[in-house]
Amino acid sequence: MGIEGIGARALRKEDKRFITGKGHYTDDHKVAGMHHAAFVRSPHAHAKINGIDKSAAEDMSGVVAVLDGKQLTGDGIGNIICGWMVHSKDGSPMNMGAWSALATEYVRYVGDAAAVVIAESYEEAKAAAEAVVVDYEVLDAVVDAVEALKEGAPQLHPEAAGNLIYDWEIGDEAATDAAFDGAANVVEIDITNNRLVPNPMEPRSAVAEYDDAEDHFTLHTTSQNPHVARLVLSAFYQVAPENKLRVIAPDVGGGFGAKIYIYPEEIVCLWAAKRAGVAAIKWTADRSEAFMTDAHGRDHVTKAKMAFDADNKITGFKVETIANLGAYMSLFSSSVPTYLYATLLSGQYNIPNIHCNVKTVYTNTVPVDAYRGAGRPEATYLVERLMTTAARQLDVDPAELRRTNFVQEFPHQTPVIMAYDAGDFDATLDAAMEAADYKGFAARKAESENNGKLRGIGMSCYIEACGIAPSAAVGSLGAGVGLWESAEVRVNPVGTIEILTGSHSHGQGHETTFAQVVSDRFGLPAENVQIVHGDTDKVQFGMGTYGSRSGAVGISAIVKALDKVEAKAKKIAAHLLEASEGDIEIKDGEVLVKGTDKKLGWHEVCLGAYTAHNLPEGMEPGLKEGAFYDPTNFTFPAGCYICEVEVDPDTGVSTIQQFVAADDFGKIINPMIVEGQVHGGLAQGIGQALMEHAVYDDAGQLLSASYMDYQMPRADDLPDFVVSHHETLCPGNPLGIKGCGEAGAIGSPPAVINAITDAIGHNNLAMPASPHNVWKAIHSA
Amino acid sequence: MYETSYHRADSVADAASKIGDEGKYLAGGMTLLPTMKQRLAAPDTLVDLTHIGDLKGVSVNGKEVRIGAMTTHAEVNGDAALQSACPSLAKLAGGIGDPAVRHRGTIGGSIANHDPAADYPAAMLALNATIHTDSREISADDFFSGMFETALNEGEIVTAISFTAPDKGAYEKFRNPASRYAMAGVFVADHGGDVRVGVSGAYSNGASRNSEMETALSGNLSADALDGVAVDAGDMLSDIHGSSDYRAHLVKVMAKRAVAAM
Ligand SMILES: Cc1cc2nc3c(=O)[nH]c(=O)nc-3n(C[C@H](O)[C@H](O)[C@H](O)COP(=O)(O)OP(=O)(O)OC[C@H]3O[C@@H](n4cnc5c(N)ncnc54)[C@H](O)[C@@H]3O)c2cc1C
Repeated sequence: MGIEGIGARALRKEDKRFITGKGHYTDDHKVAGMHHAAFVRSPHAHAKINGIDKSAAEDMSGVVAVLDGKQLTGDGIGNIICGWMVHSKDGSPMNMGAWSALATEYVRYVGDAAAVVIAESYEEAKAAAEAVVVDYEVLDAVVDAVEALKEGAPQLHPEAAGNLIYDWEIGDEAATDAAFDGAANVVEIDITNNRLVPNPMEPRSAVAEYDDAEDHFTLHTTSQNPHVARLVLSAFYQVAPENKLRVIAPDVGGGFGAKIYIYPEEIVCLWAAKRAGVAAIKWTADRSEAFMTDAHGRDHVTKAKMAFDADNKITGFKVETIANLGAYMSLFSSSVPTYLYATLLSGQYNIPNIHCNVKTVYTNTVPVDAYRGAGRPEATYLVERLMTTAARQLDVDPAELRRTNFVQEFPHQTPVIMAYDAGDFDATLDAAMEAADYKGFAARKAESENNGKLRGIGMSCYIEACGIAPSAAVGSLGAGVGLWESAEVRVNPVGTIEILTGSHSHGQGHETTFAQVVSDRFGLPAENVQIVHGDTDKVQFGMGTYGSRSGAVGISAIVKALDKVEAKAKKIAAHLLEASEGDIEIKDGEVLVKGTDKKLGWHEVCLGAYTAHNLPEGMEPGLKEGAFYDPTNFTFPAGCYICEVEVDPDTGVSTIQQFVAADDFGKIINPMIVEGQVHGGLAQGIGQALMEHAVYDDAGQLLSASYMDYQMPRADDLPDFVVSHHETLCPGNPLGIKGCGEAGAIGSPPAVINAITDAIGHNNLAMPASPHNVWKAIHSA
Repeated sequence: MYETSYHRADSVADAASKIGDEGKYLAGGMTLLPTMKQRLAAPDTLVDLTHIGDLKGVSVNGKEVRIGAMTTHAEVNGDAALQSACPSLAKLAGGIGDPAVRHRGTIGGSIANHDPAADYPAAMLALNATIHTDSREISADDFFSGMFETALNEGEIVTAISFTAPDKGAYEKFRNPASRYAMAGVFVADHGGDVRVGVSGAYSNGASRNSEMETALSGNLSADALDGVAVDAGDMLSDIHGSSDYRAHLVKVMAKRAVAAM
């Protein structure tokens, strides 16, 4: 390993520009003749549009166009798609309602766009948008998924009777029911996974340029997957053919899933630039628009029960979940509460029988889709709260109940599709208990009691699935795309290297981590390696970054391409050094013949590839290789989190006293970056557990629509995290990487809630455990 | 933000002459500017009070305290004379918002705005303060007339507040978890055995005194004296952060903590 190779705590190459304010984000992009878009958004959660009077707005200064949904669909712009087909248990395809980027007849959530104003300046566009008069006939709204399924509830889409999108199941129901018949004990739970607003620091933004001479579009946008955006914009929305559309996702300030999707605003800006005949249109969400229109996360209501035999071994697990998908089906919304959720219900445990039924529902709220963890936090919250509830009911230590049921042998086939390839669940549980001084808890609890405080400890042993995903497998489950990744390694004549990757970095540190992998391979300084990403004109194709896939899938593609580069470089070196290819070794920037003092500098071999003066017979000049990597399985990061809280019974305030994370992410490239990912994930998970809650009132108005009412975690809400790693390599990819981007957010909420329920002495507590909710729980006991 | 014109006033009289019918005084701008940016307020003129020297500063003369309207929260917090004359108010100012807010936001802006969740109004009531304007003096009891409402007439300028420092005082607030404004902020002040209790954040008509608590504490300034006092939830705000019951409960908890801290 070179000094900046795999395992080094290399400082992030990208931080200089971020910290000094030199990043280049979409909103920083300005071009001559750029106009601005402002959307006319519905103030109602549900209404029929009887007409739109644009005349006043059209007459205002700077306004070049006021456009509506009928014009958009009239120009042949396609409806917004959902990229994953899910079938109901009766075999029928999901009931998907039509979603036009600008509403045509109905608006279905507060913020749904009915029209757009294009004007010379941002202020003019905003002012004119207020002057557009939409004649709304207000209809009854429903925001709660359980209510939306009831008879007589307001109906959102003619395609989805009863607001039901699909009624899906997984697992063997009869076998699971039989397990309950023979159970020694049954533990039940009713839980809600609270709805969240993603809140990336950079709001969404788009700059659409249109070159009429070339009939060519360029879109700068805040995307986690610019190639997928281009594909969808071309193939489904008919904005332009792919060769006439370049999509660039420059620096992106956080995504958390919310920037995977292709939103109405990007489509509208592209379409409107050509239609209004302007060189470019910019739109940047303000924070209120971000709250109202970014896809939200979670929002599940679940009833579940678990069967145990007399030895406290789990024999069956039965789950019924209702998931709120909002007013329209967002790009991956259908997969989140099904294949990314129910397939993880086996947790770290040997569970012979699982059955899960999921109903997804339309409501008059903003669409819900993948948000850091996507389905796995919901599964983990359910399984891990249930395990702790069971331990209390069965009167065994929560750690022992988990240990009794851990999967010990790998590979392990669960009854819900996933086949775990490797892991060591005892190791992470032991490490976490040791770090948390689990044994000393009773003394600390007594100490808190002396101060009038309630103290509790809670754990969560999570497993999740990353590295999405084997293309054929997800294809068979309904995915509309393959989930491989691409890489190209371009070695320059002087030996420096450019890596072109289909992964996209929006906070993950790829420019550093990916360079370390190259550095490690050839012994070059990471400084000599440049990472190129986020531009469809530079990188041929890629599937982007989400689901913690960039390490397990993106780096694996790079490794494959590096293998090819290494093989060719060795051939050239063997030829130049008159040695056999098998004796060539590349180390510390030099190319050596093993066991001799014959060597060349790495740069000499590279230059040789490009001068082509003396290449092996028949070899093409140059040193550039590409690869596509399609994973063979998901990867399975797992670990144990332990949280200790103190609750003030007078106010309901919970204070985290310590938080321990012991994770198994497989091979770690840069421990500092991985710890940063864990810290951020824990902050988000603790945010969900204690603070964050997207609340709509019954009329469909978003009450938590700003930071005055939506509580984000702040540094002083969080303890110093105690983070450690246990490395069992993933057997499925070349470096043994599992993924670390979401684990913190997946594993932490149940640890926090299990700690608070331990403190207050009963399980009846709603998430988020806000002071008010905890106070109510204490007083309901 | 809608278009507006800006005037930098150099005296109170200058400010009053420029305000017009649709203008607004600009103090720290911590409330006014975000509201304008969200297009929820559209004053045609902003009259900036920041550069009027007369409106700034804390003066302490024995127990008599006067604070200019344009004194920032950070200045109130850091004033050495106030810290010895009335430490509870200095401390309150140091607990408002974050450092940026404390270095821009002013006491005059805070009380003129009368956000029901703002901290100062509770203190003004408990301290039996006088609000000075460019035309009159108003007692705090008469000043805070309802949520976001005050006794100020159109165009009237708060110039200062004054009060006689209490023998003892303390402020305890339970923060709204999201905004960190007060959800129940209770200021207790002992004026020679006569105890006044001002409450912010909880009452639906804005900052209010709690006379039951005042009666219980006058003559028996101890946390236990509040045990028998029932705080009526009927007058309390209720929102996604806390029901009226919870707020009523918190008012009592904060009051006890304030008394215990005195
Ligand atoms: C992030 C954040 C957190 C905050 N947290 C808290 C908190 O915890 N507790 C708290 O109490 N407050 C809090 N505030 C409010 C802040 O402390 C200010 O007190 C408040 O914004 C008003 O003061 P200002 O000087 O900024 O007034 P401005 O915003 O400039 O003015 C507010 C209103 O008062 C009028 N006005 C201003 N001065 C005068 C005057 N002298 N005479 C007549 N009218 C006048 C203005 O015309 C305007 O209508 C917070 C604000 C922010 C932005």
